[in-house]
This record gives sequence, C-alpha cells and structure tokens, in this order.
Amino acid sequence: MSGICVILEQRGGDVKRASIEALAEALRQRSAIGGGVTAILMGSDMATAAEQLKSSGADKIVVFDRGDLAHYSTEGYRSCAVQAIQASGATAVFIAATVQGRDLAPSLAGGAALDAGYAADCTDVEVDGGRVIATRPVYAGKATVKVACNSATFVLSLRPNVFDASLTGGGEAVIESADPPFTEGDVGTHVTSISDDAGGSRDVAEADVVVSGGRGVGGPEGFATIQALAEALDGAVGASRAVVDLGWRPHAEQVGQTGKVVSPKLYVACGISGAIQHLAGMRTSKVIVAVNKDAEAPIFKVADYGIVGDLFEVVPALTEAIGQLED
Amino acid sequence: MNAICCIARVPDTATRIKIAGDGRSIDPEGVQYVINPYDEFALEAAIQFKEQHEGELLVIHVGDGDFSKDLRQCLAKGADRAIQLKPSAPVGPHGISALIAEKVASLLPATVFCGKQAVDGDVGGTGIMLAGALGVPAVAKVSSLEFTDTGATCTREIEGGTETLETTFPCVLTFEKGANEPRRAGLKEIMAAKKKPLDVEEVTAPDPKLEILSLQLPPPRPEGRIVGEGKESVPELVRLLREEAKVL
Ligand SMILES: Cc1cc2nc3c(=O)[nH]c(=O)nc-3n(C[C@H](O)[C@H](O)[C@H](O)COP(=O)(O)OP(=O)(O)OC[C@H]3O[C@@H](n4cnc5c(N)ncnc54)[C@H](O)[C@@H]3O)c2cc1C
Ligand SMILES: Nc1ncnc2c1ncn2[C@@H]1O[C@H](COP(=O)(O)O)[C@@H](O)[C@H]1O
Repeated sequence: MSGICVILEQRGGDVKRASIEALAEALRQRSAIGGGVTAILMGSDMATAAEQLKSSGADKIVVFDRGDLAHYSTEGYRSCAVQAIQASGATAVFIAATVQGRDLAPSLAGGAALDAGYAADCTDVEVDGGRVIATRPVYAGKATVKVACNSATFVLSLRPNVFDASLTGGGEAVIESADPPFTEGDVGTHVTSISDDAGGSRDVAEADVVVSGGRGVGGPEGFATIQALAEALDGAVGASRAVVDLGWRPHAEQVGQTGKVVSPKLYVACGISGAIQHLAGMRTSKVIVAVNKDAEAPIFKVADYGIVGDLFEVVPALTEAIGQLED
Repeated sequence: MNAICCIARVPDTATRIKIAGDGRSIDPEGVQYVINPYDEFALEAAIQFKEQHEGELLVIHVGDGDFSKDLRQCLAKGADRAIQLKPSAPVGPHGISALIAEKVASLLPATVFCGKQAVDGDVGGTGIMLAGALGVPAVAKVSSLEFTDTGATCTREIEGGTETLETTFPCVLTFEKGANEPRRAGLKEIMAAKKKPLDVEEVTAPDPKLEILSLQLPPPRPEGRIVGEGKESVPELVRLLREEAKVL
C-alpha cells in the first residue's frame, strides 16, 4: 500500500489556496512516496470545484457531496475522510494546516480507524529511503524538529504560505463520487452561524503581506495608518499582544507565540519592540521590515530592512510611495 | 457531570531554547516551567462548569517533571483532586491522550477541558485525540463559551471570521486565549488546597507513533540593516524592496 491522500478545504465551493499548496506538494512527492495522489473534496454542490481540479495532476478526486457537509463538523468530515483514505490505501495524508485542517488532522490520526502518526504544521516534507520525514516548528518556531512515523499511515498538516502552489498538471483525474458514511445522529456539534470579520478583512495567517502595529501605534485610531499601508500592499493587518490586550485590535490579528504564526512574503512591523514571543510568530517571514523610533529595539535584529523613526511619518510616506509604483 | 481538565507543563514563553547534547531534545538547564498558558483558560472554564453542574473536577497531568506546586495552584482555584501520571518514556499527544483516556474511565461521562495547544510541541492534538478515544465530540479553539441546558454554545475564530457552534455534553473543549478571565486563588483556598488529594502514579508509556530524528535551532536570519532615519529613507527602502528583496 502506498500513495498520498490530500484533503482539500473549500468555502462556498472555492478550494483554499493552502489546500492547493498541499496538493501541489503531494504531486511533487508522488514518485518518491509511490502510488497515486487522491484528492478528497467534501462539501455541498461540489461539481464545479471537482471539475476545476480535473487537470490539476491528481490521479483521482473523491467527492463527498451532500447538503449536511456544507458546514464543517469534525465527526462528519472525519468519517468521510477515513473511508476515502482507507479505500485508497494511502500511507501519507496531506492537509492544509488551517483552523479546519488542524482540527481534522489530529482527529483522523487519533481515531482507532487509521493507525496513524501526526505531524502538525509542517514546513518541509522529504522522503528518505521510502520514509516520509516531516520538518515542523516547535516552541513557536524557536526550534524545528524532524520527525518520521512509526505507524502505517502518516498524517501531515502543512503550514499555509510555505509550499509552492504550482500544480504540475498533466493527465486527467478520475472523479469518483462517494456516499458520506455518517448520519445526523453521529455528529455532536453543529455550526449555527459563521460571521465574516468586519469588512471581510484578510486573515493574517493567510496573507502574502502583513503590516503589524504595536503599542507604538498609540491607540485604536492610529491603526488607520497601519490599515492604509496594508491596503496599499494588498495585505492583512496584524498586531502585537500588547495591542490586543489593550483592546485596540481583535485577538484574531495577534501575531506571536500565543497568537498566529505567520510567514508572509513581506512582514512590516510598526511600533513593535520585538519581544521574543512576537518574534516567534513572524521570524519565518521571507522579508521583514521594521519601523521603530528606538534604534536599539530588538526588532531590528531580525529585520532585513529597518527605518529608525516615527511611524506616523514613515508609514504614510511608505504608503504613498507604494501607491505611486506602477505595476 | 464530572469535569476533567488536562494541564501541560511547558517552558515559560520567554525561554531561549538550547538544544541538548542528544540533538533531539531541549537542554532543561535554566528553563523555567509553567502551566501551559492556554490551560489557564481551560481550567477557568472547567471550574465554571463544575459550579453549574454537580460533579467532581479532576486535574490531570502527564509528565515526569516536578509539577506539584502548579497542580496545587489548580486545586486552590477550585479543582477537587489532581493526578500526575509519570510515563516510563516521553510521550506525545497520542500517548498522552491514550493515558488520560484510560485513567479517567471511571469518571465518565465527563466533559473535558484542554488548552488549544501546548506551547512546547505546538501540536494542538491532545484534546481532539482524547475526544476520539472517549467517543465524544470536540470543539477546538473555543474563544467564548456559554453553557446551555444540555451543552454549550461556543465561538471560535476561523480564517477571516468567527464560527458559532453548538455542542452537547459530554464533549471535549479546547480553549483559546481570552475565552474567560482566569481567577486567582485566595490565601484561604491556597491553605485548603494543601489537604486536597494529589496523586502521582508511574505508568507505562505506549509505543510512540513518531520518531524524533533531530531538533535544531532555526537558521539565523542573515544580518539585516538599518536603511536610514525618518521618512527620507522611504525611497531607498522601496528601491531595496523592489530590486533586492523583489517583494514589491
Ligand atoms: C505568555 C506570554 C505570551 C505572549 N505572547 C505574545 C504574542 O503572541 N505576541 C506578542 O506580540 N507578544 C506576546 N507576548 C508579549 C510580549 O512579551 C510583549 O510584551 C509584546 O510583544 C510587546 O508589544 P509591543 O511591541 O507592541 O509593545 P512595546 O514592547 O511596548 O513596544 C512598543 C514599541 O513601539 C516603539 N514606538 C513607540 N512610539 C513609536 C512611534 N511613534 N513610532 C515608531 N515606534 C514607536 C517603541 O520604541 C517600542 O519599541 C507574550 C507574553 C507572555 C508573557
Ligand atoms: N502532558 C500533558 N498532560 C496533560 N495534558 C496535556 C499534556 N500535554 C498536552 N495536554 C493538554 O492538551 C492540550 C493540547 O496540547 P498539545 O496537543 O500538546 O498541543 C494542552 O493545552 C493541555 O490541555
């Protein structure tokens, strides 16, 4: 038995980019692991989404399409995924390490159905002599660990924004529709509503660019300056814990050891001192820019580019300069 | 209904990690260990649960460190008894959840309170795996909670939004920071906690599902540079971001 199953996450029929990254990584590892790549799609009205993935390069797409899969439930999704994984004989399961993925993955691995090990939030996958080796950050990125699995199946959740999303394409996937093996009584939790954050703002953990503000922003109003730069860069707003604790910004925006761990292409830290817990959440960003009026602030130790100065002068100037760039 | 709160012991978040000689674990020298920050919220929710439902509140910890002072704190805040299971070998979320499931069998049905993740391994697996082992539903990452007659209404943050869920008890809930305001124990409670039972038991560790090959510090970031002072340096920054870093 061999092969890789990729569990895709979708909202309203759109497959998440982080899931495409996981699929792309599975396709890259296909020959090393052996067997085929099976994508698993769960939701309601999935026909278009399945069709769109037909030429992704996957060998097979298993679709569970039923009204009660419109909202995620651990038990419902788990039963579908377990059935498809077992049917495929896959020894590796890839899933994007989103909120949903980090709920589903341990539930698959922890259940009795699959004898599986679980590596969370992986940043690298390699295969050595047929053995899958996962690299993952621990201690909020202060260290990384390499692990291999002793069980028949290895479930890996892959950190968003780390793996290349380009699909190899080629071939045509077999689309197979499967019946969800659960009934209403099997599910103990129900989503009753989902609300989008005000303005449908982009999530820090998913964004390519994050502009974060710290206590130096001075108050909730000051965040208009941060927001403007984030918009100019088509990015998301982040915050330090100090700012969240003061109630200036919602917890969903907190970056750091007890907030979100982000690794965008560009991270701009404004008025953030760079405490160890904050650095833990953003030090894997590709490029870090810091604006701080204190030349001694520790943030400058990890920043690729720093400007010493008042953020209320520097950030608007930066916003303007970026607005003037032609694409 | 009984309540169970799972407490992990982790290095203080201000710790600078050093790798031990075996290349697979951290050097414990000088590390200060604390209750996992998220577990403080789990404990508070468990105490509130106990106040509303009849039953016992057990605090359980798996690990071989000296944790009695912290477990006494949990007792002072309102837990009825504490158990520390000392495994014969290091265990991860799989092993921890299996050991806890076995130990609490006689207390079921019980609602279980965990943190969303332990800030050492950062897995976020134990609570969810425990739910599987106990055959009950789980709601992970609860950021606010209201008890209903038969269960709870929970919210959690998802990418770009908030999800509201309903669950019935018994279940496993794992907590996000800020879900409640953890209480402090008063002097009287601290004194009273000295008489509450705290048992330490040696247990056989289950076979590990994962093999740790190596633990490493991340590669240091290449030395950065100060582009300049004030807004005059913005054009140079933009040039560097475009031409050198190629992110604009
Ligand atoms: C258990 C635990 C977990 C934690 N988890 C996190 C976490 O997840 N994320 C996190 O961020 N923190 C976390 N912290 C908190 C962390 O230790 C710091 O307290 C926090 O990051 C500081 O936030 P800050 O940089 O915004 O504020 P400060 O440290 O107060 O820094 C403000 C900075 O702004 C600069 N400044 C002021 N005015 C201006 C101006 N006009 N222009 C430019 N610069 C200016 C100052 O020079 C200073 O460097 C945690 C702490 C603990 C104990
Ligand atoms: N060694 C442990 N003993 C008891 N509970 C634990 C232990 N490790 C983790 N937990 C619980 O499980 C949660 C998630 O931990 P983890 O799966 O390691 O990220 C923690 O917040 C604790 O509530």
